[in-house]
Formats: sequence, structure tokens, C-alpha cells
Amino acid sequence: MNIAPPIHFLHWRSRIYGILGLFILLIVVALLAVAVGSVNIPFSTTSSILICKLPLVKMTPTWTSALETIILEIRLPRVIMAGLVGAALATAGATYQGLFRNPLADPYLIGVAQGAALGAVIGFLLPSSWHSVGFGIIPLLAFCGALASTAIVYSLARVGKTLPVTILILAGVALGALLGSIVSYLIISSGERIHSIMFWLMGSFSLSQWSEVTVILPYMFLGMFIILLYARPLNLMQLDEEQAQQLGINVERLKLVLLSAATLITAAAVSFVGIIGFVGIIIPHAVRLIWGADHRFLLPLSILTGAVFLILADLIARTALAPTEIPVGVITALCGAPFFLYLLRRKRKVIF
Amino acid sequence: MIKIEMQDVCLGYGRKVVLKDLTFQVSPGEMVGLIGPNGCGKSTIIRALSHTISSYSGKILLDGQDVTKIPRRQLAQLLGVVPQMPLLPSAFTAFEIVLMGRNPHLGLFQYEGPKELAIACQAMEKTGTQSLAGRRVSELSGGEIQGLLIARVLAQETKAILLDEPTANLDIGRQIEILDLIKNLCRENNLTVLAALHDLNLASQYCDRLVLISNGRIQAEGTPREVITARNIADVYGAESCVYTHPVNGLPCVLLNTGNNKMARPEGVIKEL
Repeated sequence: MNIAPPIHFLHWRSRIYGILGLFILLIVVALLAVAVGSVNIPFSTTSSILICKLPLVKMTPTWTSALETIILEIRLPRVIMAGLVGAALATAGATYQGLFRNPLADPYLIGVAQGAALGAVIGFLLPSSWHSVGFGIIPLLAFCGALASTAIVYSLARVGKTLPVTILILAGVALGALLGSIVSYLIISSGERIHSIMFWLMGSFSLSQWSEVTVILPYMFLGMFIILLYARPLNLMQLDEEQAQQLGINVERLKLVLLSAATLITAAAVSFVGIIGFVGIIIPHAVRLIWGADHRFLLPLSILTGAVFLILADLIARTALAPTEIPVGVITALCGAPFFLYLLRRKRKVIF
Repeated sequence: MIKIEMQDVCLGYGRKVVLKDLTFQVSPGEMVGLIGPNGCGKSTIIRALSHTISSYSGKILLDGQDVTKIPRRQLAQLLGVVPQMPLLPSAFTAFEIVLMGRNPHLGLFQYEGPKELAIACQAMEKTGTQSLAGRRVSELSGGEIQGLLIARVLAQETKAILLDEPTANLDIGRQIEILDLIKNLCRENNLTVLAALHDLNLASQYCDRLVLISNGRIQAEGTPREVITARNIADVYGAESCVYTHPVNGLPCVLLNTGNNKMARPEGVIKEL
């Protein structure tokens, strides 16, 4: 009996190369996004300015301080924010899809987006003197709205000690519709603020600053760390729940932990940049098409792919019709959908 | 080495009671068969023993410990289950499915090392499924999946194994191969084995004791010779049969009287040898 070494069947090599390749791509794309804009700064200067800021590096500046400000204070936080949000949405999407065993799941399925939207719209309608509370009343209300709506959906769907996934999804869709209609009504009656509300709802990184990055960073790291820890249990959840239990998974606890973590990172992402669609549902599928369904690779690969994708989308959003900015949510679907359809046609295989 | 025990257990779904007054036990090194007609509750017993459903009353004990008090991961180290016609994620490879059997032995911060891979590999060799390792589940036949599930439970390295119709999708050669394997493991490693079986002849050949279930309770319990009688078969299945003695090993074997045979005989005759 001559069988190949078992490691071969896990396709670990191509997946590890994928992670390394994407990591390098992420750095290149981030540099590109920092360099390109209304003022084009040469690649070499951009790299020098950034490297100069690393600890233990001493360089004499050959650039003006204005350039340094543009790169470090305006573009870099924006690019990092886009990367973080892309990573968060893609991870949350992969988590929901895995947990619900449903390829149509996305981070907004169980009411996070509509809750955040309601919170944000209420924030916009409050008198402007309120807007300077903390980091701004809008992100705060959006964050609370997102968490509150998920909590309501969760408690509605609970039957005794168990949480049936189908009921959770249906409750989420129903509550989402309810909140969505309230949001629509509020938008119509919002008068001259309608433009800024619509812009927020479609998502944008135009207001991203360092202070915002530092606020969401802990949530992102915590949530993604927890989700990555539970990658193997998430694989076992792809069996039915009975088999998962018989293989040692505490299914109800797993659902609670993963739902909380995925909701936390989605809420953190959405509250500062608005509701960016498409990333959360398509990135995990694209990763699955290329590298397979094992969550131990699907999750890190989704983090990297999501970050690269959203940095590129934001780059296009702010440069394509400069000086006008296109909402980034428009770009994600406009550029992402054709690419995904191409993948779907080329690699026709079972992905879920 | 663990003993499985049920004491006056009552089982059901929602408000519907399916099984009442179940009392039986399976000792280490013993292979016990659960037999009975469709829908009599064989799978329900296996679910209750693996604590994916809870009992209404009575006690289910694993080695004297209440099964509901054992944490999931620890329970999965003691007790492995081969489910009947389960859902498997089609995008995973056969080897990945077998490797899932190692989950209860790994903590949150651990991953499958060379030891885990080797155990999974051995389990596939034992069950003759190693040639499937790199194939996707969606490409496998029912019989191949059955072999894979047995490999998974072997990789789990538990002290007790519950099998729900392990031979349902197998051809006769594979049926005997798989049951021989399980019987040998049971003998050599002193495993506790409980198998729900459809085929009375296989049950008679392989099991040390049989538990016959019908109408929500245990109708008969004992050695194959005590349980597999034409009378019991007629009572429980409503089928006429002739029970012979196997010429080689002396265990009972069942031949069914079909509709045509019934007409050729005087009504109600049940022949017993």
C-alpha cells in the first residue's frame, strides 16, 4: 500500500503561499494607496516617509513637511481604516456563513446594519450641539444601535437553551425590515440633511482619522482573535449540529461566542464608516473558490483579501472622479461583482 | 473501559414520548445490537446516549457518571458515534473529515500535528478508505461515506462506540469487512460497542447480546438465540419467517416467508426449528 503523505490532502502548501502572497500584496497596495491621490507622491518618497517613522530608523528628510502631513495625517489613517474595515467585514461574513451553513449570509443578515443605520440617522437628526460628544454622537449611536438590534434578534430567536439558526435568520430579516422602514421614514423627513445621511449609509472613509483608528483597533483585534481561535470548531459546524456535538463541540456556546465576536467587529466597522455592502458576502466566497473551505485558512485569507479589496475600492472611490468622491459602497459592488462572476464561471466546483 | 447503562429511561421529542422504561447495559468488550422495526427509536437511544437529546426521566450512565454532567469535549473522548446518513460538507476532502475525529483531543490553542495526521491515516488504512483521502466528499458514494465515518470514529480513539446502521449502504462484502473490524476492535481493545442494526442475520452473527425494541419499549433482551425467534419476529415485525441454525457457528439465521409462500401454506403457521 503506497499512499502519499497525508499533509498533501490538506492543501496546506498552496494555502500558506496564498497567505504570504496576500500579505505582500497588502503592503504593496497600501503603499500605492498612500502614494496616489490629489497630490501624487512618488513611490520612493512615500516609502521613505513611512520607513522614517519606524523605530530605530534615522533618515534626513528630503521632502517638505506638507508632504509628510498629507501622507501621515490624511492618507495613512484612511488606508488603515479601509484595511481594517475590509478585514472585519470579510471575517464577519465568513463567520456568519460558516455558523449558519448558509452561503447567502453576510455580516448584516441579523440586523446589524439596520440597527446601526437607525442609530446613525437619529444622530444626524439630533441638534448639532450634541454632535461633539466624545468621538461624535453618530458613531456612538450607530454602534449602540447595531449591538442592540443583534441582542434583540438573539433573544427573540432563543428557544429554551438552544438557538435554532433558521429562526435566528428569520428574526434578523424581519427586525431588519422593521428598522429599515423606520430609517426610510426618518430619511424622507430629514429635510436638508438627507444628502449627508445618504452618503453615510452608502459608506465612506473620507472622515477617517487616527483617533477613529485607535478607537476601533482594540475591538477589531479582540473580535478577529476570538474568531481565529474558533476556526477548527467552525469547520466541525459544517457537519450538522448533532455530529458537531458528538465530536466534542459545545454548539450553543460556540454560537454565542462567534455571534458576539462577529457582531462586535461588524458594529465597530460600521459605526465609523457607514454601511459598506458586498465585501462581507463576496470576499469569503472568492477565497473559498480559490483556496477551499477549511476555516483555518479561509479566515486569515479572508482578512487579508478583505483588507486589500477595500483599500483598492477606496482608492478608486476617491480618485476616479476626483475631486468628487464616490461612496465606497458603490465601488465595491461595481468592481467586485464582475470579478466575482468571472471567478464563479471559471472555477465551477462545489464551494460550500 | 467504560460501561454504558440506562436505568428506567424515558425518551421523546417535544411532548411526544417515544420510548419508556428502558433498562439495559453494555459492558466493556461486549458488542450489543439494537434491533427493531423502522421508527421504533433505535436512533433516539443513540442520541440520548451521546446527549444530543435529554431524557425525560431515568438515568443514563457512562461508567457510573451521569451523561448530562459530562462536558462535551470529555464525552467525545469517551464515546464516539457513527451517525446514519449524516450531512457532510461537500467542499471538504475525505481526509479532512476523518481528521475531524481528532477534535476532542485538541484544545483551543492546539492544531493537528504529525501525531494527529498519523492517527487519521491509520484509521483510513484500517477501514480501507485510504485511496479516497484526497477526494471531495461530494464525489463519494454512500458506501464510501459510510467507510469514512467509521474511519472518523476510529480516529476519535474512544472507549465506547455507538453505531447507527453502520452497514446500511454497504454491499455484503463490505458489510462483513466493517463488522469484522468493529468486532475485532471490541475484543482486542475491550471497547464497548452498541450498534443499531437492520439486518437480523448480521445482528445475530456479530452481537453478543441483542435488545429488541418495539412499541416504545424493550420487547426482548438476551443472546441472539434467545431473541431471534420466529415468534418474536412475527410479533414485532409482522413478518412470517423460518429461523434456522447457521451450519457453521450454530447461531440463528432468518429466512423470510414472502407473500407467495404464505399462500401455499395453511394460514398462521410459524415454523420454528
